[in-house]
Amino acid sequence: MVGSNTVSNRLLKLWLPLAGYSVFLLFPFAWMLIVSLKPDAALLDTRVNPFALPHPTLKNYAYLLSQTDFPRWVLNTMIVTVGATVLSLFCSILIGYALGRFRFRGGDTMGIVIFLLYLVPPTLLFIPLSQVVSRFGLYNSYWSLILIYPTFLIPFASWLLMGYFRTISKELEDAALVDGATRLQAMLKIVIPLAGPGVLSAAIFCFTLAWNEFLYALVFMGSGKMKTVPVGVVSDLIKADVYFWGSLMAAGILGSVPVAIAYAFLVDNYVSGLTAGATKG
Amino acid sequence: MSASRAEPTVTPAVAAPEARQGRPAPWDREEVLAWLFMVPGLLVLLLFMAYPFVLGITISLTDKMIGFKDYAWVGLDNYRMLLSDPTFRMTVANTFIYSFVTVPFKLLLGLGLALVLNQTFIGSRFVRAGLLLPWIVPTAISSLAWLMLFDSVLSPISWVLKDWGLISQNINFLGDRVNALASLCVANIWRGIPFFAVSILAGLQAVPQELHEASALDGASSLGRFRAVTLPTIRPIVVITTLFSIIWTFSDFQLIYVLTKGGPAGGTHVFGTYAYQTMGYSALGQAAAIALSMFPFLAVFAAVLLRYVRADD
Repeated sequence: MVGSNTVSNRLLKLWLPLAGYSVFLLFPFAWMLIVSLKPDAALLDTRVNPFALPHPTLKNYAYLLSQTDFPRWVLNTMIVTVGATVLSLFCSILIGYALGRFRFRGGDTMGIVIFLLYLVPPTLLFIPLSQVVSRFGLYNSYWSLILIYPTFLIPFASWLLMGYFRTISKELEDAALVDGATRLQAMLKIVIPLAGPGVLSAAIFCFTLAWNEFLYALVFMGSGKMKTVPVGVVSDLIKADVYFWGSLMAAGILGSVPVAIAYAFLVDNYVSGLTAGATKG
Repeated sequence: MSASRAEPTVTPAVAAPEARQGRPAPWDREEVLAWLFMVPGLLVLLLFMAYPFVLGITISLTDKMIGFKDYAWVGLDNYRMLLSDPTFRMTVANTFIYSFVTVPFKLLLGLGLALVLNQTFIGSRFVRAGLLLPWIVPTAISSLAWLMLFDSVLSPISWVLKDWGLISQNINFLGDRVNALASLCVANIWRGIPFFAVSILAGLQAVPQELHEASALDGASSLGRFRAVTLPTIRPIVVITTLFSIIWTFSDFQLIYVLTKGGPAGGTHVFGTYAYQTMGYSALGQAAAIALSMFPFLAVFAAVLLRYVRADD
């Protein structure tokens, strides 16, 4: 068995498939990067090799940052994302704590309801939600998305935190209760500090999910300067049939960086978050 | 976190000994506190999920138009109209094609990638993070890269194939319905592979190593070991991942919106894009009916998923 781990075997089982996957999965990003560094004239000349980059330029990035609303979209996305994340975390810590550590009538049912709500897609609700948004006078205001993003952030974060709170031993908390602490004190002083890493990963996931959202942002904050990054890039940089490919791809690269960094560190937690309630139930 | 820390927790000193004797203040009892904790979140969910859901159903039973105050109840007319609407029929077909054609590819390619990444090699952490990009990057943005890869004039894919002499004309990736659906599926598979891979990878790491070694000693081939040891361990996570993927693909919007906007000639609409387009024509009742038509299908997928999530213990 040990002998089977030869160089050729390793090549066949590891390096060749890895190369194939890398080409397929990373090709669009490589292309995006190439185009973002190309001068416009070179881009439209279909005779030359499209992958060649003889005269790389940062002009597309400069154009994007100075001649478009891109910086404003980043600001909008930041405001919405931070607001929605803070609100969602506050609600989710409480729900996750209740579902994960308290025994109460209806608790199991609530757990299932929260899980099912996570499955409700924006495409199902955006039409009536547009009526709710305009009835509350929130159309094209940051509050529309700050209040609506929690509808998919709370179910996910609660589910993740519920799993996390369950892993924290009950003994410490019980000791505090015996010493006369109230449940609220035990929670704030003992359990939540221990759940720091769980809360942090919930926060980062909320941040990235909100950063990536598209449909609600398109419908509720889609006009004027109030656009988020994904919406602004798709609707303002594509004008009729004239594509500003260079700055479009530059926007793609810049718009992806924050989430790419955040996720790279945390992806394992995301997966366990999806199934956390399942394995601990 | 700081918000909940700031909550006042004023407790009279005398309350403490009482609590110890099993008679805590009413608001400090598990049962009461639990529901108090549910309140803020449930309020948001009721206001922006439950209420719009009910509102959506009532709107779908009216002929409401955007910009007009007056509307009339039309019963199930909106749904009846959909049944005889050729674009809607195509929408249903497209959604099923899009969801169910892509899933086997995502599953098999994701499983393959997970098996590759489950080996130890130099830089594996780095590679793993890099190969996740398709799933991490905002879909609206990565779809722009595909929009150019599928461009009828500038596509580098066409350029390479022409250069190799495999085709003589540029491929019209998004120009007709069949090509466009195939292109959408490719982009969707591309985006979905990493999600399957990480989920299955997490499952693979739970496969007991001793079992593997034991069955290897018994002379089982690597394929035999895969079927006897690995597959049973990762089955629950494979099923759950698949169902998540079906639900998300079924209700997708961004990828199709960016690449085809449902075109050409309405040939690649899914529920979300068709509802959005109809809303753009101000026909709110009709649009609500289109979006809600997803609900029965989603309910079935969700019910199956719930069964597996609860059984996975």
